[in-house]
Order: sequence, then structure tokens, then C-alpha cells
Amino acid sequence: MANPANNRVADSVRDAFIAALLVAVLGFFFLALRTDIAPGGLALSTRWGLWFASIAIVFGVRLALNLLVFNRDTPVGSGAGAGLARAAARLPDMSGWVNWAMLAAAVALPFFIMTFFPGQQRQYIDLSILILTYVMLGWGLNIVVGLAGLLDLGYVAFYALGAYSFALLSTHFEFIGFWTALPLAGILAAFWGVILGFPVLRLRGDYLAIVTLAFGEIIRVVLLNWYEFTGGPNGISGIPKPTFFGLEFARGEGGFADYFGIPFSTIHRFVYLYFIILILAVVTHLVTMRLRRLPIGRAWEALREDEIACRSLGINTTNTKLTAFAIGAMFGGFAGSFFATRQGFVSPESFTFIESAIILAIVVLGGLGSQVGVVIASIIMIGGMEMLRNLGFLSQIFGPDFDPVQYRMLIFGLAMVLIMVWKPRGLIASREPSVIYKQKKRIGADMVAQGEGH
Amino acid sequence: MSAQVVTAETSAATSATGATWHSDPILSVEHLTMRFGGLIAINDLSFNVGRGEITALIGPNGAGKTTVFNCVTGFYKPTEGRIVMRHGPGRQQELVDQLTMSGAKWRTTPDGSVFLLERMPDFEIAKHARVARTFQNIRLFGGMTVLENLLVAQHNPLMLASAFTVGGILHLPGFRKAEAEAIDKAVYWLERVRLIDRADDPAADLPYGDQRRLEIARAMCTDPHLLCLDEPAAGLNPRESADLNALLQFIRKEHRTSVLLIEHDMGVVMEISDHIVVLDYGVKISDGDADFVRTDPSVIAAYLGVEEEEIEDKPEVASLVVEALGEEAAVEAGIETPAVDVGEAVAAMAETGSHPGAKPAGLDAPRAGGADDLTRIKGIGPVNAGKLNGLGIWHFEQIAAWKDEEVAWVGSYLSFPGRIEREDWVGQARALAAKPGAPRKGKGNGKAGEGR
Amino acid sequence: MEYFVQQLINGLTLGSIYGLIAIGYTMVYGIIGMINFAHGDIFMIGAFIALAMFLILTSVLGFAFLPVVLLIVLIVSMVFTSAWGWTVERLAYRPLRGSFRLAPLITAIGMSILLQNFVRVSQGARVKPLPPQIQGGVTLFEGNTETGAIVVQLSYMQLIIIVTTVVLMAGFTLLINKTALGRAQRACEQDRRMAALLGVNVDRTISLTFVMGAALAAVAGLMFLLLYGVIDFYIGFLAGIKAFTAAVLGGIGSLPGAMLGGLLIGLIEVFWSGYFTVEYKDVAAFSILAIVLIFLPSGLLGKPEVEKV
Repeated sequence: MANPANNRVADSVRDAFIAALLVAVLGFFFLALRTDIAPGGLALSTRWGLWFASIAIVFGVRLALNLLVFNRDTPVGSGAGAGLARAAARLPDMSGWVNWAMLAAAVALPFFIMTFFPGQQRQYIDLSILILTYVMLGWGLNIVVGLAGLLDLGYVAFYALGAYSFALLSTHFEFIGFWTALPLAGILAAFWGVILGFPVLRLRGDYLAIVTLAFGEIIRVVLLNWYEFTGGPNGISGIPKPTFFGLEFARGEGGFADYFGIPFSTIHRFVYLYFIILILAVVTHLVTMRLRRLPIGRAWEALREDEIACRSLGINTTNTKLTAFAIGAMFGGFAGSFFATRQGFVSPESFTFIESAIILAIVVLGGLGSQVGVVIASIIMIGGMEMLRNLGFLSQIFGPDFDPVQYRMLIFGLAMVLIMVWKPRGLIASREPSVIYKQKKRIGADMVAQGEGH
Repeated sequence: MSAQVVTAETSAATSATGATWHSDPILSVEHLTMRFGGLIAINDLSFNVGRGEITALIGPNGAGKTTVFNCVTGFYKPTEGRIVMRHGPGRQQELVDQLTMSGAKWRTTPDGSVFLLERMPDFEIAKHARVARTFQNIRLFGGMTVLENLLVAQHNPLMLASAFTVGGILHLPGFRKAEAEAIDKAVYWLERVRLIDRADDPAADLPYGDQRRLEIARAMCTDPHLLCLDEPAAGLNPRESADLNALLQFIRKEHRTSVLLIEHDMGVVMEISDHIVVLDYGVKISDGDADFVRTDPSVIAAYLGVEEEEIEDKPEVASLVVEALGEEAAVEAGIETPAVDVGEAVAAMAETGSHPGAKPAGLDAPRAGGADDLTRIKGIGPVNAGKLNGLGIWHFEQIAAWKDEEVAWVGSYLSFPGRIEREDWVGQARALAAKPGAPRKGKGNGKAGEGR
Repeated sequence: MEYFVQQLINGLTLGSIYGLIAIGYTMVYGIIGMINFAHGDIFMIGAFIALAMFLILTSVLGFAFLPVVLLIVLIVSMVFTSAWGWTVERLAYRPLRGSFRLAPLITAIGMSILLQNFVRVSQGARVKPLPPQIQGGVTLFEGNTETGAIVVQLSYMQLIIIVTTVVLMAGFTLLINKTALGRAQRACEQDRRMAALLGVNVDRTISLTFVMGAALAAVAGLMFLLLYGVIDFYIGFLAGIKAFTAAVLGGIGSLPGAMLGGLLIGLIEVFWSGYFTVEYKDVAAFSILAIVLIFLPSGLLGKPEVEKV
């Protein structure tokens, strides 16, 4: 008998060799060769160094992983990552003190940033606004996908409808400000949710997914081509900024700073926008949590668990699905109108399929149906992605041509795959009962269904 | 009207004249037919469910019982037929006829409404006609707690109380009161099914027997007038079965809910049922109280999958009958006294001409070369081959030439209506007749030729 | 009339490409019930490999005889793209086998983003133009319209695409219906656990399904490259969505359905562009999909689902 330790090393080396070989094959046309436009057609250039370096790196990393991580006697799951996940799973889902602590942290955040990072305050507050927008979108989509179990790949359509409704209303009608246009945009988006939802909601699982995806694309293409109404690819600009009870965030007489007698600063507007989206997100959360405890919310979850049983209990499943779709769409619409007023400009480019994919990824990575999971996933995904913009120091290593922004989406995609493989049920996978008789018990993810056709 | 309905109604009349299911049916299934493509799952089925009674729908696997349930509860749209649900007393025949003519789904009267279930979608049947059901393969909301399951069942009253969510979001007192009442009702049923200790556990966590009881409790939370149970005792141990009996008796007595159940466990069926309807191959073969059905030869035959007369011939079959239907049944089926010959009785009926359709013409004797072995046709056993020979049917060609009326007549004569068409005797006979040189004598035991 | 025939030919050509990609979707969906979102990007990878191989052969090695060049390019790009398909399955989907439905969908979307950006980073974001390689065609007939003379032409390129598609389709149908591999695939489709109990190597069968899908996508990629002469890292997305639409339209899980759906989507797009507006051709294709699914929920050739109660 051979020495098992020797065997292990031999196996590891062989495995690493296979991995390296695979990289050699896969990378040959992409890493070793590069086609570029040159005078007189295309030119082929070679980058053997890059190719060999990649092969060597993969061989080394794979070998190290094999020897140090995969083949160890202790299971991989006992690492720091798993510990973090367990801690997260222990977090009560948006209840009690955690709720209040998170809210307090969110309220304090802009002041914290202004105090400690005055140099980058605008950038950080902007990032916080962006994250909160995705939190809100995630919570809105969570109603449709997480609670009702309807796979919607075209959620961005409602985001777009909200944004364009707001943009069109506020640019065409002088008297409509942000606070009047906001509910109108939400209602319009919900209305479209019903119109689009009605014919397609009897489709099951993946068919529903592909039709919602198609609707998302249809809306985008229409926005792109209906020049007279939407401005086509140029979009709509000059969307008014929100005012604080009629006070504009402008320099000089009658502005916000002037009224309150504080020195003018551009950051005021950002802080104000931050609080608007915070309020919108909190409202979304509160409404969702209340709905979960109402008959309609329980019917959504029951629908996700077993549609046939729902019908046998007298639940009109079409209407129930439609309300989920419409309410999800409404929150998407609110988020869209906030987006429009924040940017001051909307164009179809902002509403591509990739946005839908990102929102869905946030919901699934956070753990379907989990409100706090959405927050964590938004911070990781959106925050992490924006952080990649700041990797300027890497160009000192890789040379001045290196642009980290290019690698942003590459790493984003990679992270999506890795997180999902690591935790397929999402970060927070357990479900909280909506009503308690004596004792609250969390429900493990393996029991909760994921909607139709799984 | 077809043969089996005639038989059924006469039989029911003989066993229990003026039974509740005739005078006061809560549910009437009338001439129900369900086709899936070419397959006829239910063929012209009629039966009644008495108000306040427990009615059992039994039959061998594949007899179409669950299909009947799915038609009654609206999950399938029947191909033909009428299904009447009455909340008011009596048959209300006039109202039912008016409603049928009007094209409406239901009509409300001071006495109680009348519903035509075949016109209503599934959720309306549960919501308005108040028919609740359980499923053969339990369908609970596994990721929701036991209590949540029972609250989902009270969706419609709670929706109303929450003013379609608006009042609920505002947390109005009216809704809070309604919700407290809903929880009270859930707790009541949880106590009834002894699951109160598990109220906060996910339903998927419960053991099998508890899941069955929870499903019944959930159905009862919809306040049904008629409760349809699809094999509630399947997979239960004897003690759990006894519990189930008690629960069903309680539901019937205390809540005056009528019960329609599909069940294979004869212990349960015979003990608690007031009325039993037996299906085989999508047609009704017997209808009456437990004593009547137990002794009905066609039931015994269908259950054991043999021709009626074989029961007499074979001791092992007889013991099976005893096992399946109880000793009493076996005695009454005449197993130990083979003097009673059902075949002759039926033949006598044939003489009086009570079969629909036309009697096929027969030959006095087989042609030269001898009779064909009719048992080579799937579905014809030695006994039926003998009966056919008695009619003068000796050859495949003769069967191959039958017209529809003749097929119907023979089906009725052999008391296997529907089965002949289903197994396509005529087509099989044609194929056998056309096959040149095929050994027509078959197994050569000569039994087919003996006749009776 | 002449215009109609010309559009018909164009539509069939485009539809063939969609159909070839759609087969990859439909096979994967049939066997493991997931939407392989990254399949469109595998098609894009195939096109890039074909382009690079073409340049190696023509400008580095100096081959000039086009048919041989194209044949080598076809084989090489099929082999290398298959390796990509195999790797994607192995890394992103196999660890999630038996997990719940949305997990592989999310990794598929992640994979799609990853592949797109990998190609963008490694090959640059700018489009790669390739001058037309196969010129000329057969003039079918000529006619006159009020705007002038019109020539209905079946170019050699279109002929090659349609013929190759037909041959590959026939080969694949034989493969699925007649070989042990095809039988194993169909068995896995019906019941994966039972197939494993009966000795079918399920993992290998699924891997081979991805490999076959990728090989067909590579063919489609080469055709796309030759037909349009322009590729970039983003072509996979829209082509992928259209092809998936085609697979659903034809009835997902059905091979002839995928081909039929592909042809229909191609025809709808071309006719809509020809007779109405180019801008809204995608809207037309997607609307038809929605309408078909609403009235025929399991697609044109899919088996109707009977709701089990």
C-alpha cells in the first residue's frame, strides 16, 4: 500500500495539472491571442506571457487549495465565512432591536460620513443613496419573487415606467412637483403591472420568467424608439429636483440654506435625497411586513407553497398573483421616480436587463423572502461593485494601462457565481412565521418552497 | 338512459327505499362524463350524496374516483353532465331546472342556494358552494406553520374583514377582532385534531398521520357544507384509522357537514359510511348502504378482478372475498352455496328483454372446424366465453360484426357495461379474425367450447 | 412577391442561426430544467474563437483555399467552444445540482456577465469587423416592382447556412433517437434518479448535453460571423434571449420545436423589419412569444402539461 499522504499529494498535483490544462485550452484564444482592428483589416497579436502566467497561477492556486483546504480533515464550512453566515442566520429578521439599530445606523450614516470623511462625503453619500435604492427595489421584487414565488425577470420595466412617468409628468406639467408625481408614478407602474400581469400570470414558472423578461425588453425598446414622447436614446433631461416643503436646494435667496440660516453647501441636497430614499425604503419595508401578516400576504406565501391547495381553499389565485405583481410594480415605480429626480435625467440605457438581473440577484443572494438579507446583499453587491472603482492602486502594479473599472463587472459576475455556489439558499435562508400561537420558531429553508415548477 | 343507471336505481330502491340521498341530496352528480383525449375516465355517472351523511366512493385503482372528486371540486371541467350542490333542504328540482336553463352559475334563495358546480371555477366552488377537499398526496403549505395553514383557509372572510387589505394596513379594530376570531377557530380545530402543541411548527415537520389530520382541519376551517376527502386513511396505522373515524363522526354530528370520501380501507368505509357508491372503469356498478354493497356480486367481482362466477369455482378467490369484504359478504355472495348462479339469473333477465340495444344474432352450433377460443380476447374469461356461446356466439367474426347496439346489449347482458367498449372487444375480434393461420383454438383446454 | 421571397430567404437564414442556439437551450432545459442563461455567451465565445482561428489560418499560416479553411475553423471552434460549455457546467451548475430552482438561474446570469466581461477585457470592447468571405450567389428570379427591378438572390452564404443547419439537425435527431447517448439523455430527462439507479452516468450525460449545445452554438457563432461580418462581446445577450424565446415558442424540451421556433422568430423579425419598422422587430418577436404562450402555454410542439391534482 502506498503512503496515503503521498497519494494525496499525487492526486492534488494531478488535479491541479488538469485545471491548468483546462485553462490553457480555454485561454488560448482569449489570453494568448488577441484580435484588434488594424489598418487593412484585423491583426492578430500574441500574449504568451499572459497565457503562461494564467496557467501557472491556476496550477499554483489549485494545488494550494487541494493541499491546504479541500483535502483537510476538517470540513471547509468551518471557516470564517461559514461562521459569518451562521451569525447572520441568527439575526432575527427585521424584528425587535435589530430593526431599530439598523434604522438608527441608517439615520446617523450621512452625519457620520460628513464628520469623518469630509473629503469624500459626496461620493459616500451618493453610494449610500444608490445602495438604498437597490434595497428598496430588492424589497419590492421580494414581494413578487420571495413571497408570491413568481419569477419576474423584467422588474426593471416598472422601475423604468416609474422613472419615465415622473420625468414626463414633471417636465410637461409645471405644477407637478416631486411629492405629487411620486404617488402618480407608483400608481401608473402598478396599473401597468396589472395590465401586463393579467394575461401572463397563468403561465407557470419559467414561462412566466421569459415572458416578463420579454416585457422588460419591449418596454425598453419602446422607450428607445418613441422619439416624440420619450426622447428616444437621448432620454429626458431637466427633471426638477425635489424641494423641501417648497424650498429649493439652491444658493442664495429663498433656498434651503438661506431659510434656515446655515451656510450653503451642495451636500445638503444629497443628504436630503438620502433621507427621501431612506423614508421610501422604510415605508416599503413597513408595508411589506404589515402585508405579510394580513390575509393577502399569507395568501401570497401559500401560493408559493402550493397553488392547487390555495384554489381548494377558495383563494382566487389570479387576483392574488395580480396584487403581488401590482404592489411589487408600485414600489418599483416609486424607486424609479426617485431615480429620475436624483439623476435629473432618464434614458433607456439605465433600464437594461442587467438591472433586472442585479435586483433579482440581490433578492436571491439575500435569501428569498428575507428583508434583512436584501439589505446585506445590496451592501455587498452594490457597495462592493462601487468599491472596485477605487482600486486605482492596482495600476501601480499592473502598469498605467490597467483600468480597474473594466474589471468591475467581471468580478461582479464571478462573485455572483461564487456566492451562489457557496450558499444556494441565500445568506439568510430561514422564514419567520407571520402569526404566533405560543412560541416563535424560525422555519428552516429546506421546508420553504420556492414557487412554481421547482 | 343507460343500463347501469337503471340497475343502480333499482338496486338502491331495493336496499333502502326513501333513503336520505334520494330525498335530501346535498350533492347530485348527474350523467357525469369525463374524457381525456380518447380515454373515457368517467362514463355517464350519476349518484347522490345525502345531506348530513357520510358517503363513500369506492372502487379498484383506476376506477375514476379521484377524477370524480376533481370534477366536483372544479379542478377538471367535466366533458358532460351536471353537478348540483344544494344548501337548502330537499331536491329543489324546480329551482335546479330553472337554474340550468338560465345559464347562471348559482341562485340564492331564502331556503339556501343552489349551485351548478360544473359551471364554476375551482376557487368559487370552495368559496361560494362551500365544498372543501383534501388531496390524495397531501398538499399542505409545508413552509408555513400549522396555525398559518389554518389561517390561509379562512382567507375569504378575513379578506372581507380587512376591507381587502386597506383596513388591515391601517390596523382597524374590526380586522383585529376578525383575526382573533380566526385564530380561535383555528385553535378549536387544532384541539380537535390534537395538534395544538404543534401550532407553531412548520407543517412539513409533522409526521404523516398528523399531516392528514391537519389537512382535514384546514378544510374544515373553510366552514364547508360538503367535505370531500381523498383517501384520508391512506398510510395510517390502525389506531390512527380509528381516530380518523371518530373525527369524521364528530364532523358529521357536531358540524352537520356532509362528507364524501374516497377510501380503500374497507374497515373505515364499512364502519362509518351511510351510503356507498362503487365505481369500476368509470361507471357505477353498485350504490346503496353498506350491507347492500357488501353483498353485491358485481362489487365482489370488480374488486377481485375476476368474473363473478369464478368466485364460486376457486377457493382462494373465495378467501380473498372474505378478507376484503368481511365474512358476512362472502356468505351472502353465495360462495359456500354455489347453487345460486348469477349467470343464469342474468340470462333470465336477457330473456325478458331488459337490456338496451339489440341482441346479436347467434348460430346454433359452431361452424365446421370448431369454435374459436373466445378467451383469446382480452377481457373475456372462460365464464363469459361460456355465456357468449350460450347466445350462439362461437367465432371471432361474429363479434367483429357487432354494431353499437349489439355491443351495448352484450355489455349489459354480461353485466360489464362500458368494459367491452373500453377493451375494444370488437376490434380485438376483428384482428383475431383477420389473422390467417393463427391458432384459433388457443390454450386448448376446451373450456370455451363447453358452454353452460 | 419577389420582395416577399427575398425576405423569406433572409428570414430562414437568420432563423437557422437562432434555431441552432435554441437547441442548446432546449436540450439543457429538457435534461436539468434550468434556463442556461450563459448559453448566448457561449455562442459569442464560439464566434470569437472562429474569428481568431480564421485569422491564424489566413494571415499567419497563409492558407488560401476557403472551403478547407472554413472546415478547420468550424471544427476547431466547435471543439474549443465545447470545452467552454463543459467548464461552465462543471463550475457553475454541477455544484448546484439538486439545489432549488433559482440558484442555478442566478449562477447562469452571473456566468453570462462573467463571460461577457472576460471577453471584453481580454479582447477589447470594440467591434471586430471581418470582410465578407463568401461572395456571390444564385439568382433565383428577377421581377419588376413600381420602384424598379428587383433580384431575388440566394447567396452562397445563405445556402451554406441553411444546408449546414439541415444537416446538423438531421444528425442530432438521429443522435438523440438512435444512440445510447441519446437514450441516456432521454432517460435523464424523464427521471434522473431512476436513470442513475439503472446505471446511466448522469453527470457525464448532462456534461455531454452542455458540450453538444456548445458545439452547435459554435456553429451558429461562425455563421453569424460570416453572415454579418461584425462581432463584439455583447452579441450573445440578444441572440441568446431570442434563441431562448425561440425554444419556448417551439415548446421547450422539444428539438424540432427549437428549430421551428428559431425559424419563426427569424421570419417574424425579418418580415417585420421588411414590411414595418426595423426598430420594433424585437417587440414583434417578443409579443408573438407572449401571445403564443398565453393561448398555447406549452409552446407549439411542446407536450401539454396536465395539471396533476
